[in-house]
Amino acid sequence: MSNRVLDVENLTVDIPLATGILHAVDGVNLHVDRGETLCIVGESGCGKSLTSLALMDLLPTKAVRKIEKLELSGTSILGYSEREMSDVRGNKMGMIFQEPMTSLNPAFTIGNQMIETLLRHRNLSNDAARDLAKLMLEKVGITAAEQRLGQYPHQLSGGLRQRVMIAMTLLCEPELIIADEPTTALDVTIQAQILLLLKELQNEFDMGLVLITHDLGVVARIATRVAVMYAGQIVEEGTAKQIFENPLHPYTRGLMRCIPVPGKTKRGAPLGSIPGMVPSLIGDFTGCRFADRCELTSDICRQSDVSLRDPNVKAQAYRCIHGIEMLAKGEVA
Amino acid sequence: MAELMIDARDVTCSFTISRGMFRGKQQLKAVNGVDLTVERGEVLALVGESGCGKTTLAKMLLGLLPQTSGTVELCGQPINDVPRLELARTIQPIFQDPYSSLNPRKTIGSIIALPMKVQGIADQDSMRRRAEETMDMVGLPPRLYNAFPNQLSGGQRQRVAIARALVNRPQIVVCDEPTSALDVSVQSQILNLLNDLRDELNLTYIIISHNLAVVEHIATRVAVMYLGRIVEIADTDTLFKDPQHPYTRALLDSVLTPDPNMDIPNNQLGASYPNPIDPPTGCSFHPRCVNAMPRCATVAPNGKADGGHYVECHLYDDGAN
Repeated sequence: MSNRVLDVENLTVDIPLATGILHAVDGVNLHVDRGETLCIVGESGCGKSLTSLALMDLLPTKAVRKIEKLELSGTSILGYSEREMSDVRGNKMGMIFQEPMTSLNPAFTIGNQMIETLLRHRNLSNDAARDLAKLMLEKVGITAAEQRLGQYPHQLSGGLRQRVMIAMTLLCEPELIIADEPTTALDVTIQAQILLLLKELQNEFDMGLVLITHDLGVVARIATRVAVMYAGQIVEEGTAKQIFENPLHPYTRGLMRCIPVPGKTKRGAPLGSIPGMVPSLIGDFTGCRFADRCELTSDICRQSDVSLRDPNVKAQAYRCIHGIEMLAKGEVA
Repeated sequence: MAELMIDARDVTCSFTISRGMFRGKQQLKAVNGVDLTVERGEVLALVGESGCGKTTLAKMLLGLLPQTSGTVELCGQPINDVPRLELARTIQPIFQDPYSSLNPRKTIGSIIALPMKVQGIADQDSMRRRAEETMDMVGLPPRLYNAFPNQLSGGQRQRVAIARALVNRPQIVVCDEPTSALDVSVQSQILNLLNDLRDELNLTYIIISHNLAVVEHIATRVAVMYLGRIVEIADTDTLFKDPQHPYTRALLDSVLTPDPNMDIPNNQLGASYPNPIDPPTGCSFHPRCVNAMPRCATVAPNGKADGGHYVECHLYDDGAN
């Protein structure tokens, strides 16, 4: 039996606008195994959040999703009706959103919302559901769980709310959790605690985790594999070690130069930056999407689309026409 | 000795909070007896968790909030005596979110020119020239003069906010989370810009940030705040190499450097941030502290200054008791 929890092939999300079609996500392939953490990194507007919403079939109605293969633990959920999908969501795949205040309902108590999830997916009595909810709150490190169940979201701090979100996601013991910027709204101290908790629970329940973030520090510490997205495409994909120690794609290399690293970058010395802006994704696009901002651009870069290539087993896949040797030594100012 | 730009002594800011209809009122001390000096040319970073009083302190330094007690001196003059306009010429803020800090219905040119209008510069031509000069300085192309904020990217908007702050050539700039709303590649550009401008205009910065990697990169001195108090203050090098307060250590432990060989740290901070209306007795950090001793719960620690390194913790104040 395979360990694969999520298998996605050729995911495309198009958003029709008055000025043309916006190709927000373009041909994304993803897979996650049990116990594995896949981090999707990228800047705002690169399509990482839409990718996660597309997996849950929660895209805005305007957006058009095309997908060749979408399997959850070996079962295709591609043709599922809305009703069947809602059996899957929160049950087999859970989602943790960025801002816990907006994803919890302010008009219901924590207990209410947690029990509702259980009653929807499990054949449990009210009391049994309440006990399980309490147990789960304790599991995520919330003290006085019994009282917390009777509290409303506004009575909790940001860190506690995020813990409640995680507890709620774990209630039905999903096989896969998709977390979209789960710690961005939190303080660094709480962020470290929440990430540690997520990792421990992931090991305990043997889940697959897709974590979407723009924080490279978070990625380096938690990821098993990393997918770097740029302008709707995955431009580089490999293990965390490969990506951080030997980034290949010029965009990934650029990102790495942008962040100050305590102890490594010299204080006050100028940080690297990536010149230019993300291209407009409206309309058809030929050639490498990073071409306008890349130092290695030549004419061929713009002539035809570049595919993600996997040169050999030792290195990560990357989307660039240049060879590894050229990229590796292409240390540019 | 360098010139003292800001000298705050025993500054407190409290807000009166109603606890409900019959339970009366209570004081919330957002900033509680802070001493702080900033010299010319320094980059002082204020770090700490949300709710620790960083922004309240900054607002008092900007003259936007009155101190409940204590004194703030700006360039040797009590801040309450400095006329509004002069204050605005001396110290200027840059805010976190360039999407909400710019008026969407004004052009970039008029946003940047407004502080000059406020200062009473009537001459349209010189105003325009100076606005364009400042735009050039922060790396905004002149063609954006008549553009509106919604036509700009996040990084460009933050540049507009910086230009607006600098157009009257202030001496001190207070940056409240200047890069946290921006993407990493843009963040680095803004940090570079802030650094360049500091050299060029001989600016003094007070930077509020929760991103310690950014702080380490840009600051010369760091003040760590916890529940309205500065619990440790030191040169950036000293603080990052030899943090003394257990809270500073926990904070530094929580920084996730992009190193795939390291695990997620356990900062052992446990319980969440205390309620500032009802602060813990003794040392306010003791419920979360790994080094807590019995007396931490009852006696507030005296500060101990060792050269420029100030720390407020019972581990170091051997004189107490």
